[in-house]
Amino acid sequence: MTVRVQREDFDTAAELDRLTAGNTQVGAAVTFTGLVRDFAGSAGVRRMTLEHYPGMTQRQLEAIVVEAQQRWPLDGCLVIHRYGELAPGDRIVLVITTSAHRQAAFEASAFLVDWLKTRAPFWKLEENDSERRWVEAKASDDEAAARWRR
Amino acid sequence: MRVLYFALLRERVGMAEETVALPENVRTVADLIAWLRSRSPQHEAALADPTMVRVAVNQDYAQPGDAVQPGDEVAFFPPVTGG
Repeated sequence: MTVRVQREDFDTAAELDRLTAGNTQVGAAVTFTGLVRDFAGSAGVRRMTLEHYPGMTQRQLEAIVVEAQQRWPLDGCLVIHRYGELAPGDRIVLVITTSAHRQAAFEASAFLVDWLKTRAPFWKLEENDSERRWVEAKASDDEAAARWRR
Repeated sequence: MRVLYFALLRERVGMAEETVALPENVRTVADLIAWLRSRSPQHEAALADPTMVRVAVNQDYAQPGDAVQPGDEVAFFPPVTGG
């Protein structure tokens, strides 16, 4: 399992290659990439700053990955989450799950993204030329995470 | 005790971090919030709405009834918006 919290961008293809290299037990790899979206309706997001709680972020992401590994038979699991200044179109988060079969990889991927959105301590600040605002948490994210509760 | 504030709460309190000496009657997260709110109008503005405040004690999520101790690192922040 790998969890990285970093300012730098990541290379999705390179990370996928690294995770599956030399392991012919893997039959399925699911890759999720989250991007900075330019929010419709506002005057356009020029930049976004992702604040986080160093230490707790790493700890929470690791706990979420451990939970996924307990629930699904995964061969590999990688989570990279960026922080700092980002622009629309930039990559924010990468989740890769690998398994012998696709269902475990698909489900674990959805679980990881749903859970990290509601548990990992990150906060988005959106700015354009005239205003700045902290993004508010969405009830739909809580509902998405709640379906995995048991 | 080390108290940390993040994002909107940090801006409302006007600082990222403070070190406080706990009064003896502060034993839980709820006690701590009530006591911090009495310290300044900025603290009050940051911590008054419980739906906007999440708490972590020593980097794990905590509930109002959970215990706090002088050596703890306690963080206050809004609901998270990563991913």
